[in-house]
Amino acid sequence: MPGEIPPKQRFFCYNLSMFLQQLINGLTLGSVYALIALGYSMVYGILELINFAHGEIYMLGAYFGIIFFGLFTAVGLTAFSLPLALALTFVLSVIFCASYGFTIEKIAYKPLRNAPRLSPLISAIGVSIFLQNFVMLTQGATDKVFPPIFGTAGFRFLSVQMTYLQLSIIVVSVILMFCLRFFVRKTRMGKAMRAVAQDKVMASLVGVNIDTVISVTFLIGSGLAAIAGLMVAMYYGLVNYFIGYVAGIKAFTAAVLGGIGSIRGAMLGGILLGLVESLGGSYISSEYKDAYAFILLIIVLLVKPGGLFGKAELEKV
Amino acid sequence: MATSVSQKRPARTSEGVLLKSLVAALWLSFLFLPLKGLSAAVVFFFAVALVLVFSRSLVKYHKTITGMLPSVRLSGLFPRERMRILIFLSFLFAAAVPLFAGDYYIDVAILAGIYIILALGLNVIIGFTGLLNLGFAAFYAIGAYAYALLHTKMGFGFWTAMPASLVLTTLAGFLLAVPALRLRGDYLAIVTLGFGEITRLILNNWDSLTQGPNGISGIARPEIISFPLNTLASYYYLVLCCVIFSIFIIRRVHASRIGRAWIAIREDEIASSVLGIHATAYKLYAFAFGAFWASLAGSLFTAKMQFVSPESFTFMESVLIVCMVILGGLGSITGVVIGALILVILPEMLREVQLYRMLALGAGLVLLMIFRPQGLFGGKGVSLRG
Repeated sequence: MPGEIPPKQRFFCYNLSMFLQQLINGLTLGSVYALIALGYSMVYGILELINFAHGEIYMLGAYFGIIFFGLFTAVGLTAFSLPLALALTFVLSVIFCASYGFTIEKIAYKPLRNAPRLSPLISAIGVSIFLQNFVMLTQGATDKVFPPIFGTAGFRFLSVQMTYLQLSIIVVSVILMFCLRFFVRKTRMGKAMRAVAQDKVMASLVGVNIDTVISVTFLIGSGLAAIAGLMVAMYYGLVNYFIGYVAGIKAFTAAVLGGIGSIRGAMLGGILLGLVESLGGSYISSEYKDAYAFILLIIVLLVKPGGLFGKAELEKV
Repeated sequence: MATSVSQKRPARTSEGVLLKSLVAALWLSFLFLPLKGLSAAVVFFFAVALVLVFSRSLVKYHKTITGMLPSVRLSGLFPRERMRILIFLSFLFAAAVPLFAGDYYIDVAILAGIYIILALGLNVIIGFTGLLNLGFAAFYAIGAYAYALLHTKMGFGFWTAMPASLVLTTLAGFLLAVPALRLRGDYLAIVTLGFGEITRLILNNWDSLTQGPNGISGIARPEIISFPLNTLASYYYLVLCCVIFSIFIIRRVHASRIGRAWIAIREDEIASSVLGIHATAYKLYAFAFGAFWASLAGSLFTAKMQFVSPESFTFMESVLIVCMVILGGLGSITGVVIGALILVILPEMLREVQLYRMLALGAGLVLLMIFRPQGLFGGKGVSLRG
């Protein structure tokens, strides 16, 4: 009973549980940002391009999730076996988003590989505008709903509520990040990716197929964004065609925060951003929630331009 | 890198081209399939295949087609005297617009004038100095709000509120640029984008000052010596005067020592600093000078609408102004004016297919970057490096 606790302690208890609650919300949000940030970070590491369309891939992932899950529910697969329907939804969304990423690179970025830096950036903004409006025209401008299959089931821990969905979002994100880290560090393709990131010409001279590496980068990045989008669709339940822009910008911020091109940096940057947003939103002001990402970005870039885990770039003459 | 792949592909026979187009169309309609269903995807397939087959045969001639467009600056195409006549005639035409056009067209023309000033201002930052600013709408917003607040809260008239707003916004441009200019290339772009978003969020949430999303209304029309500019035509002439003023000043500054320093920084920052150009100072001037014009456009916009709200200053607004500069040709004043005119007038003409306008803008940007990255009237010499 709250009445039995002295006021001062009660205040503390209340504050602590609120703090922990926001910590969990922030971790959930942050791991989603981290998943999207990985795609930005990998593409920037290899092409030095801010892939503005990446946020739209995340949005497409959320839409595909709703479309395929709706389809499976309609044919009765969900009623037959929910895990199977969910797994198929995930697989199909990832396949489609990866295909979108692959196609976007082939159409909008590949012809501009040797163009001035501004051209692919503008092209990326063009793709982003195109995809947003494409989805708005085909799927309608109203919110889409993901059926609440998990509800608010969860467990209590130290007077803090954590849903199973939140837990699975965090766990899935962490597993995926470790898989990616393993892929980039140990496999042949991962080594090729790191080589291309360091020096494209040198890598091609020693027999790395640059086009394949870039395509694989886009496939993986888009696949991760699709999973992030799908999990957010389940978490919030609502999806709209413009969610990609804000999430994309924030994820890019996370990537820069951690040091662009670094996988560990994208992970920690994303989680840090999620925490700052949810704690700042509850303790400072929720109206400026979207501004924290940018303020944090500006501060980090001014204090440590290479990000927390990156190296500051020196300009070569 | 790219050549090794293209050599593996089948020869460019007509069957090969047809097959490739069909495969591409099939792939794209496969991507389209989940969004709208099977029947729409089939229609989509045929549409894409048709477009691809036709454009494939066009690609062969695309070099000739783009070669026919003026690849040098407009002034290189026409001799100087003829160019002068052309410019004089277009000013004459602009001055005559209210005589024959209806209110709707004058309204569009006023909007076009405001966007020309904006695009010219951004051209100073992107085109002359080579700094990509994705948050130009922030300066536009500060100018508009400074005018609106000075007018409604302090009781300033047009001719006192506008200069005050110019001074304030130029200062704001200066202050925002100080931290941002330590960054280069893409990082600068993303930080300016951040400034744009923060500005919009502040305007949206600082209810006691800006009245939040409701905006500020009840702004009076400007007047010249107690003669109010009540008709659209009179306001149009005010905007036209501002446009001519901005073109004149920007041309003069472009040709001055400062303008040449900007171009030197754009071409090679290190080399220019070796030559004794204080790059940071000149970049600051560029930001402040650009902000000045954004503020002028903001004041004119607010006085025209008699209302201002954060809705008008989104990221899309910044992107639209960047598009005007890039479509016209980075660094070319004539080109930027034409780019702004096209991007204001074309959407007005396409009102019936309003829903598809943004779709076309997105696709158009990609195509422009692939086929004509220097814009319609940009010189080949324009380079923008990280």
